[in-house]
Amino acid sequence: MSWIDIGHIDDVPLRGARLVKTPVGCIAVFRTAEAEVFAAANSCPHKGGPLSEGIVHGRHVTCPLHNWVFSLETGAAQGADEGQIATYPIRLEEGRLLLDAVAVGKRSAA
Amino acid sequence: MAQKLIVIGAGMASGRMLEHLFERHTDWDVTLFNAEPRGNYNRLMLSPVLSGEKTYEEIVTHDAAWYEGHGVTCRFGEKVAGIDRAAKTVTSETGEVLAYDKLVIATGSNPFIIPLPGHDLEGVIAYRDLEDTNRMIALGEQKGARAVVIGGGLLGLEAAAGLHARGVDVTVVHLMGHLMERQLDEAAGYLLRKELVGRGIKVLCATNSKEILGENGHVTGLALDNGTVLPCDLLVMAVGIRPNVALAQQAGLAVGRGVHVDDQMITSDADILALGECVEHGGALFGLVAPLYDQAKVAAATLSGEEAAFVPRNVSTKLKVTGCDLFSAGDFAEGEDREDIVFRDPARGVYKRLVLQDNRLIGAVMYGDTADGNWFFGLMKEGECIEEMRDTLIFGPAFQGGAAADPLAAVAALADDAEICGCNGICKGTIVKAVQDGAHTLGDVKAITKASNSCGTCTGLVEQVMAVTLGDDFVLPGAQGICGCTDLSHEDVRRLIKSQELKSQPAVWQELGWSTPNGCHVCRPAVNYYLLADWPLDYHDDLQSRFVNERNHANIQKDGTYSVMPRMWGGITTPDELRAIADAADKYKVPTVKVTGGQRIDLLGVRKEDLPAIWYDLNQAGMVSGHAYSKGLRTVKTCVGTDHCRFGTQDSTGLGIKLEKKLWGSWTPHKVKLGVSGCPRNCAEATCKDVGIICVDSGYQVSVAGAAGMEVKETERLVDVPTEAEAIEWTTAFVQLYREQARYLDRPYKWVAKVGLDWVKEVLAEPAERAALNERFEISQSVYRKDPWADHAEHRADLYQPLADITLEAAE
Repeated sequence: MSWIDIGHIDDVPLRGARLVKTPVGCIAVFRTAEAEVFAAANSCPHKGGPLSEGIVHGRHVTCPLHNWVFSLETGAAQGADEGQIATYPIRLEEGRLLLDAVAVGKRSAA
Repeated sequence: MAQKLIVIGAGMASGRMLEHLFERHTDWDVTLFNAEPRGNYNRLMLSPVLSGEKTYEEIVTHDAAWYEGHGVTCRFGEKVAGIDRAAKTVTSETGEVLAYDKLVIATGSNPFIIPLPGHDLEGVIAYRDLEDTNRMIALGEQKGARAVVIGGGLLGLEAAAGLHARGVDVTVVHLMGHLMERQLDEAAGYLLRKELVGRGIKVLCATNSKEILGENGHVTGLALDNGTVLPCDLLVMAVGIRPNVALAQQAGLAVGRGVHVDDQMITSDADILALGECVEHGGALFGLVAPLYDQAKVAAATLSGEEAAFVPRNVSTKLKVTGCDLFSAGDFAEGEDREDIVFRDPARGVYKRLVLQDNRLIGAVMYGDTADGNWFFGLMKEGECIEEMRDTLIFGPAFQGGAAADPLAAVAALADDAEICGCNGICKGTIVKAVQDGAHTLGDVKAITKASNSCGTCTGLVEQVMAVTLGDDFVLPGAQGICGCTDLSHEDVRRLIKSQELKSQPAVWQELGWSTPNGCHVCRPAVNYYLLADWPLDYHDDLQSRFVNERNHANIQKDGTYSVMPRMWGGITTPDELRAIADAADKYKVPTVKVTGGQRIDLLGVRKEDLPAIWYDLNQAGMVSGHAYSKGLRTVKTCVGTDHCRFGTQDSTGLGIKLEKKLWGSWTPHKVKLGVSGCPRNCAEATCKDVGIICVDSGYQVSVAGAAGMEVKETERLVDVPTEAEAIEWTTAFVQLYREQARYLDRPYKWVAKVGLDWVKEVLAEPAERAALNERFEISQSVYRKDPWADHAEHRADLYQPLADITLEAAE
């Protein structure tokens, strides 16, 4: 596995998210706690709302357009809504945020 | 043969002791000395005598017949000059020597007189006995009499209230920051002060006296540290008491601050007992009556050769000032291992605070409603574990029905006249009757009885009464909690944020028992709003608890782009501003430019990445955010008014601009839109706004609580005022009251429907209240009357860009 450095954890607000543009589309990087991050697809399967603009609570995010709630661990829509967002491996190493290159559509480092 | 008992001092303690002694039918030959020329009376009741609610005769506890019947030799008005312990005799001031077998010292206490210059002037008195009381009563007969009371404790305030009741102009000077600081916490002290000031008693706290001024040997005034002089004809010092130990000291008894006694009330001499305010027991002194009565019981037993021991206990205090309901008991200082339960009802002036330690009640302070004081005091004395009833403890015994876990049982146990809705004074019986007569929904009950129709905090209770009455027919509506994170309602959370002084979101989550680690998208924006509205200077707005539009200061559109709308004060713009808007629209390729209903121009379809730059450009042209995205002040729509219109009666545009400049940037529970029309033709459509002002020839008609959204509703008249300044003051006060009281996402019309326009009018009719609301609004605006666009463009522009773009170096 190869990892791509996309920034520092402090660039992501606590209980907030930032957007990363990748070959597989826009990915939202969520910071759910001081040292806890998740990466998932930015687009809500319902009407395409930008999940990186949603309110982050616990290990969940709420879509800003119609309040669908997704688990950032599994990507599954919560409650009565049915849907799924893709989740991506992300690592936190000494404050740096690392995305898995293959998972986001980059060829592994040759 | 009867033993000789001499009692020095005929106060409340010795009087009670004699009663206990005579109950035992033991043979005593009692001689009772008293420096005051009278026998035992209830000193506690001097205040009602002073205020005229009782006469001296009514407060006498033991009259001449009683003494005679029990063979007591009374030597009233005669002091004891000395005690000879070796000879077991006392010598009276007339030189007479009397022998004793047992002696009881009950010399009480002396008022403490602060040795200020002038303290020995005529007209400087304490508040201790009937003489003092009569002096004050006599003052009341003098026309235009003025008095100063030094000391804002129990006694001082009773003196002040009594003097005031007698028609005297009274000022209370108190050294500490709040009244009765030994019995009350700050909040209750504040309410008490408000009540006294409301009656016309002047109260100066945190104030030092410097000198008592006099003329011809008589007091004329009090000079304060800060140079102020308070003229007065009488100065009452009520700053405390000192045990009167002179006689005991002279006799060589062990004396500290008071006469030392053991658990049997025996002094260092086995034949001499002491009790009352003159004693010191276990390092403590005693000023309140309950422990004195306990001592009396023990002393009587000791004299009778019985086993008894004095155990100090908690005491409670009630202020005997008619109309000030105040109760204090136990220990209510704050501490790490202590928890508070606080209940406040500002509208009724009620404050209750219970202090818990290890699930036991250790202190209680109540103001305004003290009916349950004795019940709390009982719990405190028994040291009962209150864990089971903790949730409803503060509501008193009426709510502690059988099974504590079942709130319905508690409600079922309530009497028919138990008040359910405090705002409207609706009791349980009224609601039960309405339900039995066919009101089966909350709406029906509200409509018929008005219960829960005002502030709404009793809604849960009303529903419970309905449930008890209807049985299985009643379906409780869904939980009243804000969201799944808490069972607490919006109203509860607002109240607790204030009463518990919660100033951060983690404090709210922790202290109010949130079931989730950090809330959810429903409660976070609400709590964020409540905190910033209640603690504008302490709490920092949390962008991560805001809906996207408020976080990004622009309205998100369905395609993920944003709309940008600069403010146009009162709907007035200039060619330069229009050029800047046109330039920005070109530069950022804005697909749609629209004129809005709020008299401004919307640029729709701006990419998020471009927001800081377009804001910067608009800022350069002098424009700021229009907050078209916020739960806050949106627009003030105006017509052209007297400037151009031949019908205009006032400068409606000018007023609109002034209002917008004052109110902009403030956050509110929901959006707020204003309108100002220059005449009743109402071109600005002001009568469907949250606040609408119609200018008329005689001034301004301020109306509120309109709506033109999902619901359409005409505004209702709040007030008519003659000047523009008053129109602004009323509008601001209304907005601030809404900010402080309404639940999040209630528009003003919804809030007003809940609390009632009459209540709003009543609050705002008070000039002091309006001024206070305006002041609090300005404090908040010192933080929020700022352009968020300029701030974000300068400090947060990076956050509007992607964190990274790894598409560019896409693999070859």
